[in-house]
Amino acid sequence: MAMYSYPHFDYSPPPEIGASTPAHRPVIVVGAGMVGLTMALDLAMRGVACLVIDDDDTVSLGSRSICQAKRTLEVWDRLGVAEPMMEQGVTWNEGRVYYRDDELYRFDMQDNPESKFPAFINLQQYYVEQFLIEAADRAPLIELRWKNRLVGLEPSDDRVTLEIQTPDGRFSLTTDWLVAADGAKSTVRRATGLDFLGEIFQDHFLIADIEMPVDFPAERRFWFDPTWGPEQSALLHMQSNNIWRLDCQLGWDIDAEAEAKPEQVIPRVRRMIGEDVDFTFEWISIYTFQCRRLERFRHGRVLFIGDAAHQMSPFGGRGGNSGVQDADNLAWKLALVMAGSAPEELLDSFDVERVEAARENILNSTRATDFITPKSTGAKAYRDAVLDLARDHPFARGMVNSGRLTTATVFTDSPLNSYDQGFGTAGVALGAPCPSVPAAAHFEGGARGSNEVSDLLDVLGGGFTGLYFAETEVDIPPETLAALRDLAGRKVPVDTLLVSPLQNAANKLKGLFDRLGAVAEALAAGPGSFYLVRPDQHVAARWRELNLEQLDDAVAIATGRKPAGNLGQTGDR
Amino acid sequence: MSEAPDKSTLRIDLRLADPDGFYQELIDMTKGLTEHQALLVNAKLVLLLANHIGDADVLRQAIAAARKGIDGSA
Repeated sequence: MAMYSYPHFDYSPPPEIGASTPAHRPVIVVGAGMVGLTMALDLAMRGVACLVIDDDDTVSLGSRSICQAKRTLEVWDRLGVAEPMMEQGVTWNEGRVYYRDDELYRFDMQDNPESKFPAFINLQQYYVEQFLIEAADRAPLIELRWKNRLVGLEPSDDRVTLEIQTPDGRFSLTTDWLVAADGAKSTVRRATGLDFLGEIFQDHFLIADIEMPVDFPAERRFWFDPTWGPEQSALLHMQSNNIWRLDCQLGWDIDAEAEAKPEQVIPRVRRMIGEDVDFTFEWISIYTFQCRRLERFRHGRVLFIGDAAHQMSPFGGRGGNSGVQDADNLAWKLALVMAGSAPEELLDSFDVERVEAARENILNSTRATDFITPKSTGAKAYRDAVLDLARDHPFARGMVNSGRLTTATVFTDSPLNSYDQGFGTAGVALGAPCPSVPAAAHFEGGARGSNEVSDLLDVLGGGFTGLYFAETEVDIPPETLAALRDLAGRKVPVDTLLVSPLQNAANKLKGLFDRLGAVAEALAAGPGSFYLVRPDQHVAARWRELNLEQLDDAVAIATGRKPAGNLGQTGDR
Repeated sequence: MSEAPDKSTLRIDLRLADPDGFYQELIDMTKGLTEHQALLVNAKLVLLLANHIGDADVLRQAIAAARKGIDGSA
């Protein structure tokens, strides 16, 4: 099996060099990594042209993100790029945790076996970026420029001015909106002088990617205190092309340079996989990490996503996944603002929601790190006590933390949430993403290029969507039907689908055939129920029995045109 | 015997029928152990009992009471 061969993309001299006044672009994304590219693709899908600049000319170097989570795959599916990921990636749902020589327990991350995507695929970041770049190259609205390095930045009230360095010289550009997706060492963040505060963890980890053709299952294996590496945890996980990721804790007082030498790493690998298996190295490096974030992700016309906004330990696979979900959150909002359909205040909800996600991700990855590498005698006693008890006592297994794996954040306190009438804790909560469940439809002229629908998520994610539950269209009161059709023609349209257990139940509305009743079950919906779903597939409002006046209100709130605090006294909120 | 107070309050009245007997059992539990082993066994006991109690409020109060005065802080 050939090792990955890094593509190099074309650079051409920018036409703007030597121009007397800077050219203007409505939106510029800095950083063509997995997060910046997702942002560009999402903007393009929403009809927004963007320029993406990157100081390099290739994909992610080395060994970085590998666990691509279900929610992330759903975002990429919405953007039409999930197929190559699924083909190249390694599906996994299960993991095993070991303590010394014993297996403590196994877990399964798949919470919904009927969903379109598995809990995770393992796909190396260089592949992720390769596929995203291929899609971006096919998108007429995306201009991707390599070897364009941001060297200067001046934000103001009505624009951001950039200075860009290329092999042929410098030039300036202005933009209405700057999306900073330029990673942990973000130039944009440094140029704006913002505090990036948090915690450094005093520990080192070795990453070794080895090519090893074996028949081990694709499960994630984690060892606490293995007998072959006492006091040092280790991880083994399968990637695409028979590449296996080994991750070993080394400690703080080490000679990093010496430890990274193949002669030093080979015995560690041997202890994990045995003496009989052949392997070759694809990558070796030693890393430390930090958990920190910007206090706010929106600064006027500068918007931070991905590692540029937040960094965390890799335990739980939350870095890349939360970055992609940042883009998923921001793109529809920015598109509406740029179209003049929503006020700039809508972008503040990106800040509120994704800061909340970052807090959750940093908390979980920090806690995992504290468990894996306890920092005090007392902490170590508790950590070892949990592991010891876990052998014989189920309750303790729930406390073993080798990384709480990433799940989509529910924006419980989002300013875009409004009416929550009649469901209690059943169904899909406000701020939560709709689940992937089987459903069917056939649309003429579908927005996604494919007219065949096999899943609820296939009909969500364009604009705002209404899900109205009824057996047939005849069951809908005429004034309600008229109002729902009218909503589809508004400045911010709401496209309502009739969700029915019968096929071809819709006439004037589009229909979603809930052939297994799975949609009604997942959403705990009955006849007359209505869910208002945002362009990122998260729920904004819902009614057991639709209230039309409140629906209008809910759309205004979900687009930042009205604060949720002004809700009337009707309904459960 | 007075009524049991609100379930969510940590009980600090003596509830052990044989306090000296229990004390002996605790000491016996750590007898012959190294310092490290004693730490571990105490930690295991805390976790087992905490899980048995289950009530987060009660546990929080117990933790606060345990921590009080240890490092000179309130």
